Amino acid sequence: MQKKWSRRLMMMLAVGLIFILAACGGDDSETEGNESTSGDNESGSADEVVIDFMHLWPEGSSKQHYEIVNEIIAEYEEANEGVTIQTEILGNEQYKEKIRVLSTSNELPDVGMTWAAGYLVPYVDGNMFAPLDDVIEGPLADQFVSGTTEAFALDGTTYGLPLELNITPLYYNKRIFDENGVEVPTTYEELKTAIQTLADNGVTPITLGNKDKWTGSMWYMYLADRIGGPEVLNNAIDRSGSFEDPALIEAAAEIQELVDMGAFVNGYNGLGNDEAKGYFLNEQAAMYLMATWDLPEFTTNEDNPQEFRDSVEYMKFPTVEGGEGDENSFVGGPGVGLFVAEDSDVKDEAKDFVAFFVEKWGEQSVEKAGVIPATKVDTETLDLPEMYIDVLNDLNEATNLTLYADVQMSAAVADVHLDMIQALFGNAVTPEEFAENQENALAEEAGE
Amino acid sequence: MKKVMSNKLVIALYVLPALFLITAVIYGPMILTGYYGLMDWTGIGEMTFIGLDNYKELIVDARFWDSAWHSLLLAIFSTLSLAVYLTISLILAGNIKGSNLLRKIYLIPMLMSSVAIAQLWIKIYDPNNGMLNSVLKMFGVENPPAWLADPKYVLAAIIIAILWQYAGFYIIIYYAALKGVPTELEEAAKIDGATPLQIAYKIKVPLIAGVIKVTIVLAIVGSLKYFDLIYVMTGGGPNGSSEVIASYMYKKAFDTYQFGYGSAVAFFLLIITLVVTWITRKFTADDEEVQY
Repeated sequence: MQKKWSRRLMMMLAVGLIFILAACGGDDSETEGNESTSGDNESGSADEVVIDFMHLWPEGSSKQHYEIVNEIIAEYEEANEGVTIQTEILGNEQYKEKIRVLSTSNELPDVGMTWAAGYLVPYVDGNMFAPLDDVIEGPLADQFVSGTTEAFALDGTTYGLPLELNITPLYYNKRIFDENGVEVPTTYEELKTAIQTLADNGVTPITLGNKDKWTGSMWYMYLADRIGGPEVLNNAIDRSGSFEDPALIEAAAEIQELVDMGAFVNGYNGLGNDEAKGYFLNEQAAMYLMATWDLPEFTTNEDNPQEFRDSVEYMKFPTVEGGEGDENSFVGGPGVGLFVAEDSDVKDEAKDFVAFFVEKWGEQSVEKAGVIPATKVDTETLDLPEMYIDVLNDLNEATNLTLYADVQMSAAVADVHLDMIQALFGNAVTPEEFAENQENALAEEAGE
Repeated sequence: MKKVMSNKLVIALYVLPALFLITAVIYGPMILTGYYGLMDWTGIGEMTFIGLDNYKELIVDARFWDSAWHSLLLAIFSTLSLAVYLTISLILAGNIKGSNLLRKIYLIPMLMSSVAIAQLWIKIYDPNNGMLNSVLKMFGVENPPAWLADPKYVLAAIIIAILWQYAGFYIIIYYAALKGVPTELEEAAKIDGATPLQIAYKIKVPLIAGVIKVTIVLAIVGSLKYFDLIYVMTGGGPNGSSEVIASYMYKKAFDTYQFGYGSAVAFFLLIITLVVTWITRKFTADDEEVQY
């Protein structure tokens, strides 16, 4: 009797183990299955093609994006019989993590989303993304705003197709300006006078969430641009110049002068961007420098009171007297873009799909989701809030688009840059040390 | 059934699933981390073996030692705070009125997720609209500090939030242990004329010494590898003044793509934790097992 018991137990355990092992192996067999079917397609009649597509706009947090994507996919599947687009959707952070993990095991989806410049480097070095020059020169020729696909190019080859484009205007609250008798500044000197007046009246002039660091970096980038022209910072980063350029040091000194004037909200180095934005949304701060991805907050978002949205306007970052930069030079750049995996078994179909996607996305994204696409937009045909039309028109007049510094740099140098930005705003380093530290990091990486 | 359990093969089979999981999820990655620590690796693509170079860099990395110092401070304050929790538990276990309700109130932070707690404290510490500064202003403080933005105060501010987060946990442990102390002893002491204070410190505390030792180890180890609130509330800033070892490791591995170096930091943290645990156990070692 006892023996029977033990045997039965062993059987149960053995069966249990088999289930566990089967569950672990499940993933492998599935991908293998996929590969074999798609392999058939390439050789034989192209009946069933499955394109795996991963994106980062879940229904919960990015409803409009999500719906546009689904519409485009449905449209594409209808136009191309036999093609199925299988989506996997994750939120931003989880998406980034999953892509990293998938890339280490060479299991990237056929089509996915990527960020520009520095983010791309490890993937391109690892030969994981397919070159997309043929798509840009072929079906999408002349569609992109100039300067956008370049951000996804490394050594002259483009690996991503940008979907979003943002520039960074300086938003201000007209009502607060009027109440304090402040005119909209057109030069940097006037901006400083305005800041002084507001600060003297006990109003927070500028809200800034510098816990996140890239927010402060945008202030620095604009000052560097207005003082030294659009090339200085770029040159320092691509090593044709130096970070110890007088203009870059002067810009840093200018930041500390603003800090000493009390230009930024109390505790800015401890506030995240969302908390800092809260001050602007609650009309507790007069100005807020942020990219155009926040436009919906100031135009269409019903959560913010109508009076507030009516009083928000924006200005181009004012010029510095005697400086090199003009006011049509913007800090900004493309957001996410689409990549096609180099190892994809359905590369041609995937390329065809991304071309279709970019085109359709460009037609719908502003109007439906408030996202400015990287493709050219015809403002005449669209029904948009005033502020959008203005931004789109400014974009057409832009003389230069400087990509966010931390995106231009490699991850390790960007980390130094961001830390230095926080230290600069916190008066923990001098402008000279600020420049020297970044120069050292850049030089070290370039192997100088 | 007894015979079944004495069969070695069956025992092995019972243990196997758990062993498999713990190896795959804990020990495996631990060894892998040690291995990655010897590599120059971005986390994507090729690895290059560089021996102990990461550790050499670590030894002279001022930012790392700063963060290690902050972790140590957190460990010290966590341990000191245990005395406060013990006092509270002694009072609660002393059958005061409403102790049941109070016990539940103290436990509430334990029921909240770390991120929610972080958001709560961010609101409390908000320099302009926050509860803390509003109260300070009410009492006439002219320029209350911007708690999370000021390198002088940020670590203290976060440590307070962390202590608050874990208070309920330790209070519950002490409370349960104190409830396990037989009432006969207390009654006997009372008859002998001991004051409540004497009962608490001469009878109850020695009797739960074993539990206290365990909580000391828990507090120290937990502090050394602490991550959540710091990551959400300040991200280690401003200027690294609230960085701890775990947040520094995360920053290196995932923000700057120095996965090899980050792994080295993680492995070093593991070693520190093991050593400190061993030392703590050694110091609190006591051969006498208390018998009720």
